[in-house]
Amino acid sequence: MIAHAIFFYVFSFIAIISAIMVTVSKNTVHSVFFLILDFISISCLFIMIGAEFLGMIMLIVYVGAVAVLFLFVVMMLNVAQQKNQWLLSEDSSGHIPIGLIISVLIFFELIIVIGGWKYRPELIDTGYLNNISEMTNTHSLGQILYTDFIHVFQISGMILLIAMIGAIVLTFRKREGVKTQSYIKQISRERSEGVELLEVPSNKGVKIDD
Amino acid sequence: MIEIGLGHYLTLGAIIFTIGIVGIFLNRKNIIVILMSIELILLAVNINLVSFSIYLNDLTGQVFTLFILTVAAAEAAIGLAIIVVYYRNSGTIRVEEIDKLKG
Repeated sequence: MIAHAIFFYVFSFIAIISAIMVTVSKNTVHSVFFLILDFISISCLFIMIGAEFLGMIMLIVYVGAVAVLFLFVVMMLNVAQQKNQWLLSEDSSGHIPIGLIISVLIFFELIIVIGGWKYRPELIDTGYLNNISEMTNTHSLGQILYTDFIHVFQISGMILLIAMIGAIVLTFRKREGVKTQSYIKQISRERSEGVELLEVPSNKGVKIDD
Repeated sequence: MIEIGLGHYLTLGAIIFTIGIVGIFLNRKNIIVILMSIELILLAVNINLVSFSIYLNDLTGQVFTLFILTVAAAEAAIGLAIIVVYYRNSGTIRVEEIDKLKG
């Protein structure tokens, strides 16, 4: 019980501090780092409270996809250089210390939560929270996700598909003056437009127009 | 204080939600931080849903958290694509310089 309280306070403190740092930090790259720390703290809280599947899914989706997408866009758009003066003064390795600190924090959080959840389940006792059954969280979620909520589940798949198509359509740009292969043109080529047979009179030569 | 109850988790969700809202209002840098604040808001909603789901022994909240996660990922993808296109067209994504729709 006490360990549960201590871990709750530690993780929620880290989550709140990093949420504040997301909004107030000067460098956008640092904001993304703190966003990742926030996501990981909250997913550790989810694992602690007994929603293991959602915690892991949050690690995969938020940290693995969304936050990396943010980081990619921030670095591609070069926002940091555009705004911050103190980053301009040095070389662009100014965010290495904060990145190291945040990754050490993330490592310890994962060690605490996942190691404790795996090897010392009695340390963080969540038995008084969910006394439903001996089924795991993933099992019971899957049992209602694919039966009761199957339509909503498929609609969320459609949302993801539409998001993918929308992102591709928005950022697609047709480049001018780039030689590319066109399969339609290659296949639909005919002999009449490709080859021309000429009767060549001797000592006159052939005029080739192109 | 020692016994962590529903109220603690709801308080945490409320704090993070408020930080996200304030982050949208107070933002003077670029629009990506606004998107990150929106992610924070969705995260706070997820905390509320999961804690209610655990304490009421009802898995529906966790299923809806899954769908909110889907919508958040889609929203991040579309929003970042729009930002990339805007940056390509106008060369800036600072908040005070985005005024094309001012009319």
